[in-house]
Amino acid sequence: MMREKLVLIGNGMAGIRTLEEIMKIDKDRFEITVFGEEPYPNYNRIMLSKVLQGDTSVDDIVLNDYVWYAENQIELHTGDPVVKVDTKKQVVYSENGIKRPYDKLIFATGSNPFMLPLPGADKEGVIAFRNIKDTETMIEAAKSYKKAAVIGGGLLGLEAARGLLNLNMEVDVIHISDYLMERQLDAQSGKMLRQELESQGMNFLLEKNTDSIVGNKRVEGLRFKDGTSIDADLVVMAVGIKPNIDLAKKSGLKAERAILVDDYMQTSAKNVYAVGECAEHRGIAYGLVAPLYEQGKVLAEHICAEEPSTVPGYQGSVVYTQLKVSGVDVFSAGKFVDGENTKAIRVHDEFEGVYKKVVVEGDKVVGAILFGDTSDSPRLLQMMRDGQDVSEMDKVAILPSEAEGGSKESPVVAMADSEIICGCNGVSKGAICSAITDQGLSTVEEVKQCTNASRSCGGCKPLVADLLELTTGAEVANAKEPMCGCTDHSHEEVVEQIRELGLSHRREVMNVLGWESDEGCSKCRPAINYYLKMVDPINNEDDHTSRFVNERLHANINHNGTFTVVPRMYGGVTNADQLRKIADVAEKYEVPLLKVTGGQRIDLFGVEKEDLPNVWEDLGMRSGSAYAKALRTVKTCVGEQFCRFGTQDSIGLGIELEKKFEYINTPHKVKMAVSACPRNCAESGIKDFGVVGVDGGWELYVGGNGGVDLRGGDLFVKVETKEEIIDTISAFMQYYRENARYLERTSHFIERVGLDHMKKVILEDEQGRKALIERMEVALSTGKDPWKEIVDSEEKKKELFEKKSVEV
Amino acid sequence: MGKVGSAKRIEVAKVEDLAVGVGKRVELQDEKIALFRLNDDRVHAVQNSCPHKQGPLSEGIVSGDHVFCPLHDWKIDVTDGMVQAPDEGCVKRYDVEVENGTVYIVK
Repeated sequence: MMREKLVLIGNGMAGIRTLEEIMKIDKDRFEITVFGEEPYPNYNRIMLSKVLQGDTSVDDIVLNDYVWYAENQIELHTGDPVVKVDTKKQVVYSENGIKRPYDKLIFATGSNPFMLPLPGADKEGVIAFRNIKDTETMIEAAKSYKKAAVIGGGLLGLEAARGLLNLNMEVDVIHISDYLMERQLDAQSGKMLRQELESQGMNFLLEKNTDSIVGNKRVEGLRFKDGTSIDADLVVMAVGIKPNIDLAKKSGLKAERAILVDDYMQTSAKNVYAVGECAEHRGIAYGLVAPLYEQGKVLAEHICAEEPSTVPGYQGSVVYTQLKVSGVDVFSAGKFVDGENTKAIRVHDEFEGVYKKVVVEGDKVVGAILFGDTSDSPRLLQMMRDGQDVSEMDKVAILPSEAEGGSKESPVVAMADSEIICGCNGVSKGAICSAITDQGLSTVEEVKQCTNASRSCGGCKPLVADLLELTTGAEVANAKEPMCGCTDHSHEEVVEQIRELGLSHRREVMNVLGWESDEGCSKCRPAINYYLKMVDPINNEDDHTSRFVNERLHANINHNGTFTVVPRMYGGVTNADQLRKIADVAEKYEVPLLKVTGGQRIDLFGVEKEDLPNVWEDLGMRSGSAYAKALRTVKTCVGEQFCRFGTQDSIGLGIELEKKFEYINTPHKVKMAVSACPRNCAESGIKDFGVVGVDGGWELYVGGNGGVDLRGGDLFVKVETKEEIIDTISAFMQYYRENARYLERTSHFIERVGLDHMKKVILEDEQGRKALIERMEVALSTGKDPWKEIVDSEEKKKELFEKKSVEV
Repeated sequence: MGKVGSAKRIEVAKVEDLAVGVGKRVELQDEKIALFRLNDDRVHAVQNSCPHKQGPLSEGIVSGDHVFCPLHDWKIDVTDGMVQAPDEGCVKRYDVEVENGTVYIVK
């Protein structure tokens, strides 16, 4: 049977989402062709400001890569806009001369930035902020120019300005109104936003009307109607967008501000639809992602329905905006301006810089502004969408974050299952929670892949994280947490069984404990391997096939499949001989990047896998374990050797610690530092074990973490000698090795078992402490430099590092 | 598996060169292929590039019929190339024949 032909004009977010919705309903119904003007697959335009701000890369914002089009058998023409549509013969023509007939045609041509028709607007260095190319132009300009001017103090203008600040440009924002984002904020919140952004370094010229753009070939400045002027090497116009409807008009579609559509997104021409920013529904052309996705869904259901009339149409959307500028939380929705028939609840906390305004009309919430604390936004939006009667409600129930004492609780706790968490993609709390439970999701990334939540603007990520904690955390409280999807047994039970039954191989463990998968997975395999060796370090063999690539190949894998080599430099101390060797190796193997690490050593980035053993041999240095669940480095300050403040030999102790504990396997990575005085130049407060020299002794801090969950270390003990420090760390680390779950950092472990408990077992129980140290000594006796082992073994080199090239 | 008339067998490795549970990279001119010798000595071959971010599958942990991509832990069935839920997609798989300890890719 011939499939119906569907042509999509516009390869952006609205159009491609419509295709996704269509294929969700009926994968094989249409033969699909897509024409796009930009030379990219569908990417997340909303995140361009994050690319500009340096938080993410262009590659990361691609929503559907070329593989996706291929897999779904979609014919894609990028960089080739449609130039003509014959709605009678039902055929489209592209600029490159491609001709495609259609049964259904969708316009998703989006919009263009509105460029003010100022004299000089055609000069080099005057751009909009709309697509990847504009973003790249700004990043490029920042390399050679210093002064930027952004015309427009709205959402997009401010996001562009923040990005340019991040690119080290000086930024003037020119705005015609007397406060910022006047279409989303009231005067009070607009003023607070301005103060916040000024403190970040933006300069504002309000109530300014640009007269002309001056310069020769390239822009040199702006002149204003009041006669004043400024210098600028780059001008970004962010004054608004206008729907891209030239082609639609030329093709005879009825259009006003945008292409007119009915509740089914149908245009005035037969079998022609419009969706997204180029469509005007009941007088509104939306410019935000959530409505576009809602439209896409309606259109997909309509196009795929056997009986079109049975499908409910599109009824318009409640719109809201969030500013994506780091350090500033701004949310605005609906009718936020006071009117004759409205009343408002206002909260203004000048101490915390928080402002909230909820506008009520009759007995319903119709609009809101939240500045500084946006945690109530999902709840308010839901009230607006549902038209909930709030006349009898307690004010605190409307703004739950204002409840006394309850302010620390995540807003997701109080939400009903039907409430929407991800506004862009319309994903409810219930949908996310059941996905987490049913599919055993454990990361925000997994939730995103599985449910689409937080896949667009990313604003709801914190809420998704809260839900993960709420959903999985509740299980932890009520029931034990299984090690992974292959078993119901917890980490603790597996370790107990290994000990009691004397298990010595992962297959044994899986057999005895009734594993549900044949050979386990990437979660349980490394964990079991660790536990086996921890329980019996002498007799149990390490299984390198159960190790993550970095620990199997003893180097860090990079995004492009090359590896990074970090040789050990005890205590961060090196010498001319080592540096010369590193330099020689870098030249010989054409190492693309040398970088000093945070742990005081040198990274050699971009080494090919097959070169690794040779690189190690040529270096003649030991592995720095920069990839391992083991002791990484011991960072040190210079201490008494040279420092005028140092009271202790921090380098000496650091080297001693590193030599003693290198190559010991631990549940997760372990970092140490030794500082010679409380100025703490080695940052001992954020290490698993941090030592600080004080007059007449040493302080030991434990459970510090400078990573994802920032945590200052707890002062564990103060002692007089190095030996006491080493013994305490030894006993502590062994207790952690034996009792922590695999992949649990010391910071989390201490939170779980409590600092007092650790003091009891390490400091107060003399016998127990001795036994721990003894067991640690046994484990330490099995530690070997993995690089040397591989360099010395032809067999290992062949098994692990060989690459075969075959002539065909 | 019956041979197609024009199919070509290319010798790529000896079975003994393949360690169980560790992928092997093979380059056939421009094609990068990952070979896997599974627990029961079956040998399978897929394109050595995860559909997510092109991670080298040859470096992943191999469990049963699956390999876990070393970059972001996508799970892929090496016998049919299918990406496992919750992720989606597939990688190209190659027909493999083993005869007298020699591994051939059939194209």
